[in-house]
Amino acid sequence: MSLWEYANPVKFLSLSARLQPFLWGAAALGIVVGLGWGFFGTPDDYRQGSTVKIIYLHVPAALMAINAWFMMLVASLIWLIRRHHVSALAAKAAAPVGISMTLIALITGAIWGQPMWGTWWAWDPRLTSFLILFLFYLGYIALWEAIEDPDTAADLTSVLCLVGSVFAVLSRYAVKFWNQGLHQGTSVPMATGGRTVSDVFFYPLVISMIGFGLLFLALVFYRTGTEIRLRRIRALIARSKRNL
Amino acid sequence: MIALLRRDLLLALRAGGGFGLGLAFFLIVTVLVPFSVGPQSDLLTIIAPGVLWLGALLACLLSLDRLLALDFEDGTLDLLATAPLPLEAALSIKALSHWLTTGLPLVVASPVLGVMLNLAPGGFVWLVASLALGTPALSVIGTFGAALTVGIKRGGLLMSLLVLPLYVPTLIFGAEVARRGATGLEAGTPLTLLAGITLATIGLMPFASAAVLRMTLR
Repeated sequence: MSLWEYANPVKFLSLSARLQPFLWGAAALGIVVGLGWGFFGTPDDYRQGSTVKIIYLHVPAALMAINAWFMMLVASLIWLIRRHHVSALAAKAAAPVGISMTLIALITGAIWGQPMWGTWWAWDPRLTSFLILFLFYLGYIALWEAIEDPDTAADLTSVLCLVGSVFAVLSRYAVKFWNQGLHQGTSVPMATGGRTVSDVFFYPLVISMIGFGLLFLALVFYRTGTEIRLRRIRALIARSKRNL
Repeated sequence: MIALLRRDLLLALRAGGGFGLGLAFFLIVTVLVPFSVGPQSDLLTIIAPGVLWLGALLACLLSLDRLLALDFEDGTLDLLATAPLPLEAALSIKALSHWLTTGLPLVVASPVLGVMLNLAPGGFVWLVASLALGTPALSVIGTFGAALTVGIKRGGLLMSLLVLPLYVPTLIFGAEVARRGATGLEAGTPLTLLAGITLATIGLMPFASAAVLRMTLR
């Protein structure tokens, strides 16, 4: 029994069918509780007023935008090294979810920034990095769409994902060098363990982050299943045409 | 290798290739900028380094289409892939010839255009230095983009979409060197970082380019 057994599409599909109800349920619960508690159960911030509540959408979406790319990177590596088709399809399935999360983070950030910073957009390092990440997602998805042969498409997009990761990290630091930031520091620093938001805001935020993570997993399982079935249908059509 | 370089250079020079194209584009962009932002010389002084870098970058991008597409269509790339010369080396040579025909003329022409944009007197050395150091990176990264999209019909637009985000670090550091040099600030740090990016891309990107080209030709 190893993880690689699930490289078999049949096994993957049966596992994903068993897991999905729980994932969807838990994701819905996490998001409803996290957002509901965040929107209605927390007090207004004494300086930001009620605009602080957009954090329950903004931070989880931004977190998943980065982690989705990381997941695509791992899946691309598995495809390049071990040639498991499910892995390539999972990377393909994750990209539209990732780009949606990036868009949510950018748009909620702009909506929050308008009353708080007095501007919809500033060329701040974090904002700029997310814009660049958005462009990388766009290029990745466009490359998948542009290539006919599925295996070549998987190969080329995987290499693009690897090279893109290096350049995305490079851009992150280049952009920091280029302009000083307007965006506040992280609210939940992982390295130090301390945090800069009070517990009242922190617990619903964590629940919302977990909910978004589960939602991402559920969506990726669902979309990967769709891709596998799509490929199966194409194979069946090709076979029936041959038999005619 | 030298034969391949000679062939690429001759093709670029003779057959109405990309030799003059990038340079002409660079010239036109810089000449058009004062028309669009106004002729105030102090304003032009501020934006000159950025405009010159952006013009050079777009001129590089413009000529990337021809880098591999023609050789792909007439089968030269298939021969190169089966030749004893490693594909990595062949693509490095292609990038070098692209730089010699596009990047180098831009570097040489940039001081003249700097005069037209009223670049600060101290900035010329830094502008030329940053372009000379940065444009090879643009050529090498562009070769990767060209190799990635060579098998796609009408892949030019897609290539621009893929290559532009990859150009961001080079553009930031290059333009920063030129800007700091022009305003009299210390420009050594971004210049070192720019040199680091260029050397790393020259060393590593040919492997990625050759890998994706093999996948396309397979």
